[in-house]
Amino acid sequence: MNGPNGGGMRRTLRTLLPLALGAVAIAFWQWSVVHYRLPVFLLPAPSDIWPSFTENIASLMESALVTLKITWLAFAFAVGGGLALAVIFSQSRTAEMALYPYAVVLQVTPVLAIAPLILIWTGYEHVERAAVIIALIVAFFPILSNATLGLNTVDPGLRDLFRLYGASRWQVLWRLQLPGALPHIMTGMKISGGLALIGAVVAEFVAGSGTATGLAWRITEAANRLEIPKMFAALGLLAAIGIVNFYALSALEWLVLHKWHESARGR
Amino acid sequence: MDLLTLSGVSKTFDNGVQAIAPMDLRVDAGAFVSLVGPSGCGKSTALRLIAGLEKPSAGTIAFAPARPVIGFVFQEPTLMPWAGALANARLGLDLKHVSRGEADDRAARALHRVGLKGFERAYPRELSGGMKMRVSIARAIAAAPKLLLMDEPFAALDEPSRQALNDDLLTLAREDGMTVLFVTHSVFESAYLSSRVVVMTPRPGRVAAEIALDPPDERDVSYRMTQRFSDGARRVQDALKTAMAGETA
Repeated sequence: MNGPNGGGMRRTLRTLLPLALGAVAIAFWQWSVVHYRLPVFLLPAPSDIWPSFTENIASLMESALVTLKITWLAFAFAVGGGLALAVIFSQSRTAEMALYPYAVVLQVTPVLAIAPLILIWTGYEHVERAAVIIALIVAFFPILSNATLGLNTVDPGLRDLFRLYGASRWQVLWRLQLPGALPHIMTGMKISGGLALIGAVVAEFVAGSGTATGLAWRITEAANRLEIPKMFAALGLLAAIGIVNFYALSALEWLVLHKWHESARGR
Repeated sequence: MDLLTLSGVSKTFDNGVQAIAPMDLRVDAGAFVSLVGPSGCGKSTALRLIAGLEKPSAGTIAFAPARPVIGFVFQEPTLMPWAGALANARLGLDLKHVSRGEADDRAARALHRVGLKGFERAYPRELSGGMKMRVSIARAIAAAPKLLLMDEPFAALDEPSRQALNDDLLTLAREDGMTVLFVTHSVFESAYLSSRVVVMTPRPGRVAAEIALDPPDERDVSYRMTQRFSDGARRVQDALKTAMAGETA
C-alpha cells in the first residue's frame, strides 16, 4: 500500500467502508421492521425516526447545544486542571505523593454514586452546573494520569544535556518536559473528550428533571411519553456529537504531532 | 598547559558499585585524548564526572584557568524529536538566553560546518543515523566549547559514516582549538584520532597506560594504511591486552 496512490486509496476505503456498512445496516433494519411488523414502540424503522427528527429539530438542536456546552466546558476544565495538576506533580514529588491517591479515589468512585450529592450541592435549579462538575470528574483523570506520565518520561540524555547547559526548572519544563509529553497529553485528551460527554449524559439522567434541557433529558422525556422514534433521534444526535468530538481531537492530535511523532505518521 | 586535571578521583555509586578507582589524568589544552577500555570500566562515568553531571566520591577535578564551556556528545544523538535540526543545534544557546537572531546564525553555521546545510528544518526522524549524530555535534560546537566530551559517539554508525565523521571531527577540533576527550572501545578509532590514548583497566577503572601518538595534523583515509598508524594501533592494543590481563591475574 505504499505505491503513489496506495495512501489515497486506503483513505477513500477508510471513509467508504464504514459508510457502506452503515447503509447496509440501515437498509436491513428498515426491511426487518417492515417484514416482521415490529411495533413502533419496540423498534421504530429508520423511516419513522427521520420524520420525528425533522419535526423536533428545533428542540433537539437546542438540547444538543446544551449538552455540547456542558461537554466542552467540562472538557476544557478537565484539560486545564489536569495539565496544571500534572505540572505541579512534575515539579514537586511531595505534592504528587500527597495528592495523587485522592485523584485516584475520585476516579474509582462510581460517578453515578457521587452525582446525587453534587446535585444537592448545586441545587436542582442549576442542573447544568452539576452536569459540568460531574462530567469534569469523569474527564479529569485521563488527562492527569497521561500528562503526569508524559512529563515524567524524559529522555535521560536530554535531561543531562539541559543540566549541562545550566537550564532552569522552567526551561526544563517548557522546552523538554511539555513538548515530550504532548503525545501522552493528546491520548489523554482523546479519552477525556469521550468521557466528558458520558459524564454530561449521566448527570442529566441523575437529575431526572429540574432545569435539565440537554439531549439526555430529551431521551428521558421521550421514553416517558413512549415517543420511541424521538428517543432514537436524540440518541443519534448524541452519537454524532461523540463522533465529531473524537474526530476533532484526532485532527488536533495529527496537527500537533504529525511532523515528528511516529504515532501520527501516515495518517 | 593542562586544561583539565583529575587527582585521585574515584566514584562509587549509591548501589555500592565502584565505577572508578582513584584515577589521575591530565589533559593539555588543545589535545585530543581518547579513553579506551573494556565496557563497564568507567570511561563514561569519567566523562560525566568531568562534565559535572555526577559528583566524584573522592578526589578533585580542576580546570585551568577556569571551568571552560563544555560540550557533550552522547552515544545516542539525543535530539529533541519535536524540533528541527536548527532548533536542536540551537539548544545550548537558547538555554543560555542568547538572542534568537544570533542563536539562529550560530546554529546554522554549525550545521553548515558539519555538512548539513539545507537540512535546517528537517526533523530528526527524517535524518539518517549519521546525520543525526552530525546534528548532535553541531549542537555541541554551536555553543563554542573549549572542551568537548564525547562518549562513544560513533559506536552505532556504519564504517563509512564513522570514518567521515572522524575526519570532520578532527577538522572541527583543529579549527576551533578545542580540547577533545573521546571515549571509545575501538582501538583503531583511538589510534586514528588521538594525540594521546589513555587505556583504562576493567572496573573499577583506573589508568593502566598512557600512549602518546604523533599523528600528522592533516589525516585522511590514506593515513589508515600507514606504518605509523598501525604501529600506534598496535601499541594501544598491547596496552589494552595488558590492562585486561591485569584484571584476570
